Amino acid sequence: MDVTRRDLLRASSQSALLSMLPVAALAAPTFEDALPDGVRDGATLEALPGKKPLIKLSYRPPNYETPINYFDQLWTPNDAFFVRYHLAVIPEVDAKEWRLKIGGDGATTPFELTLDQLTKQFEQVEIPAVCMCSGNRRGLFQPHVPGVQWGHGAIGNAKWKGVRLKDVLAKAGVKKEAIELRMDGADSAPLDKTPDFVKSIPLWKALDDSVLIATHMNGQPLPHWNGYPARIIVPGWTATYWMKHITSLELLTKPLDNFWMKTAYRIPQGKFPVVQRFLGQETEINAPITEMLVNSLLTNITNGQKVKVGQQVEIRGMAWDGGYGIRTVEISSDGGTTWTPATLADDPGRFSFRPFNFRFQPKTSGKVVIVARATNKLGQTQTTELIPNPSGYHHNVMHRVTLDVG
Amino acid sequence: MPRILLLASLLLVSSAAVADEDAIKLKAGPGHDQVLQNCAVCHSLDYVRMNATFMTPQVWDAEVQKMIKAYGAPIEAGDAKIITDYLATQYGVPAPAPAPAKAGN
Repeated sequence: MDVTRRDLLRASSQSALLSMLPVAALAAPTFEDALPDGVRDGATLEALPGKKPLIKLSYRPPNYETPINYFDQLWTPNDAFFVRYHLAVIPEVDAKEWRLKIGGDGATTPFELTLDQLTKQFEQVEIPAVCMCSGNRRGLFQPHVPGVQWGHGAIGNAKWKGVRLKDVLAKAGVKKEAIELRMDGADSAPLDKTPDFVKSIPLWKALDDSVLIATHMNGQPLPHWNGYPARIIVPGWTATYWMKHITSLELLTKPLDNFWMKTAYRIPQGKFPVVQRFLGQETEINAPITEMLVNSLLTNITNGQKVKVGQQVEIRGMAWDGGYGIRTVEISSDGGTTWTPATLADDPGRFSFRPFNFRFQPKTSGKVVIVARATNKLGQTQTTELIPNPSGYHHNVMHRVTLDVG
Repeated sequence: MPRILLLASLLLVSSAAVADEDAIKLKAGPGHDQVLQNCAVCHSLDYVRMNATFMTPQVWDAEVQKMIKAYGAPIEAGDAKIITDYLATQYGVPAPAPAPAKAGN
């Protein structure tokens, strides 16, 4: 995972090509065309303490998305990483006072850890992974779906460092009757009657090597707004399971029954090509959202950007999926009629963004619609048409950007 | 990349403010006070505006009922009606109806 420096070097060499594009157009914040009509009237760029100005969708609880231009680099900076909370009481956790309780009726020997014990008693590992809100791009749904109207930026890619969840659970003794892991964080609701944000994952997933209790991202302690001092990371699965400010882990012998599992974060049965499922929480009608679908984003061009006939343009972007790995990214410069493979950068890991680039030289003037289409190693690809679902999840419609060639 | 990003950052900073809930104002009208007294207990009022451009009266009603039934908001039935009417009048559209939300955000 020593790709950082090489990627930075590659990025610098790309800036030579970039300079052929009009700098003003590229430098403009790209959030305008990333947000649906109406939402942009209220959305403003605002900075939370310790964060760069991000696109504010709601102040309390804080929901702030990352402007697209930050995704033109492999690792999303910590201070530009999106912020997403369900409930408005978010304590500033004192690392000295913080304790992680591990127990539940599926554990033989419940115990507690201080932050120091967590980081010293278990092997440290680091894994690159995309963290994406289930509702990323909800704002682009037609017809609209109520909820936080995310554009493209409820996502980020980081190197997460921490300890394997399975190592910590092993110390608690996993009973053979255990089926799920219940996860709770320090945040809560202003009203007692509001269901606290508590989630579970199936035991088999909790014991996967890739699932961590992370204390660091991109070499730094987690920012407050991203779960300090420790959060669960579940690479490949949407961020609803990446519990922030984690304080309690309970091995369960029965499925967790609460609003956040049974009602929220559900997808209709049979509509999406999902391999990893959470069978113990499924019904005939719907299922908990699990892994991310294959997807991609164009990161250095914006709608209406002016390009000259004959000008060499380098188009860049990021592709990702639920952890099977990206096989190809293809680019169309005619709105999706013909496709040419893009060049994939080195693979930082199967859960990471996979950068791609494509050189394009427009021959005639007019509107040119650039489209990106990623395919993963299972052969799954992105959709051309939105798959409607009640909560606005799994938007993996191919990203289209219209250039103005003159 | 560094040069481009720097330019972008400068633009972002120059056009951005520090997050401030007091800057969020809703339109005046019957029901405004009930919205402030009830909805703002748990969340800032930018949620209202964010959803405004496509919310029919039915969908606003479903949202208010979700806040009461799923999130436990202690809103009296009379106030719920006033709140729904305010939202539909000030921050809604007449039709057609999109699918109502069945789940959390």
